[in-house]
Amino acid sequence: MAVQQNKKSRSRKGMRRSHDHVAVPAVIYCSCGEPTLPHSVCPNCGAYKGRQVLAKNENE
Amino acid sequence: MRHSNSGRKLSRTPAHRKALLHNLAKALLIHGKIRTTEMKAKELRRVVEPLITLAKRNDLHARRQAYRVLNDHALVKRLFDEIGPVFAGVPGGYTRVLKLAMPRKGDNAPMAIIELSRVAEPAADDKPARGKQTAAPQVAPAGETKGKAADESAPADALEAKPASSGTPKAEKEPGQDESSAA
Repeated sequence: MAVQQNKKSRSRKGMRRSHDHVAVPAVIYCSCGEPTLPHSVCPNCGAYKGRQVLAKNENE
Repeated sequence: MRHSNSGRKLSRTPAHRKALLHNLAKALLIHGKIRTTEMKAKELRRVVEPLITLAKRNDLHARRQAYRVLNDHALVKRLFDEIGPVFAGVPGGYTRVLKLAMPRKGDNAPMAIIELSRVAEPAADDKPARGKQTAAPQVAPAGETKGKAADESAPADALEAKPASSGTPKAEKEPGQDESSAA
């Protein structure tokens, strides 16, 4: 089995992990003013493309 | 090669997948609008839209083909007599998938609403107002006469439905659908 010869330094570890990050979600602002995802029904007002899709009490 | 690899497996065996999609198709035709995961909603289009095409063909063979999926004579009747006429003259695009911003709590599955793109009016108390808003821009390119007829019949139906006061939504739906199909 291949075994590493030297311990990776904190610096090397940090360099490797410098590209590990969570993707930033695309956020738009619904006409109701709340942030929401593009191309989706706004969870706050339940509207999409000017049409009321969900009743307000239906939202999660 | 990805030849003949269309469609989603949905992590199910073929029989399980078929049963799932048939059940979802029944639910969509009964309720007109259902909430499910985005992938199931997108896959469901491949089942429901051909059913509506069958409903538009409206012959005995088509009814038997629809029964193979729905397995419910009452629902086949409703599909052919109520849902099919609504889509007369509509060249496809019978369903609409709307993605929901909030994923499902529990497994973080992206959720969506799938609905029939046209609804026989008027359905319920709050729907005529909502239906008119949507129907006007949609119907305009296809045929103006249909939209006008539906709008004119809406107040008359509301009056007719109230004296009957049966209370069931199905009974309220029927007069409107009869008129819209005649118009």
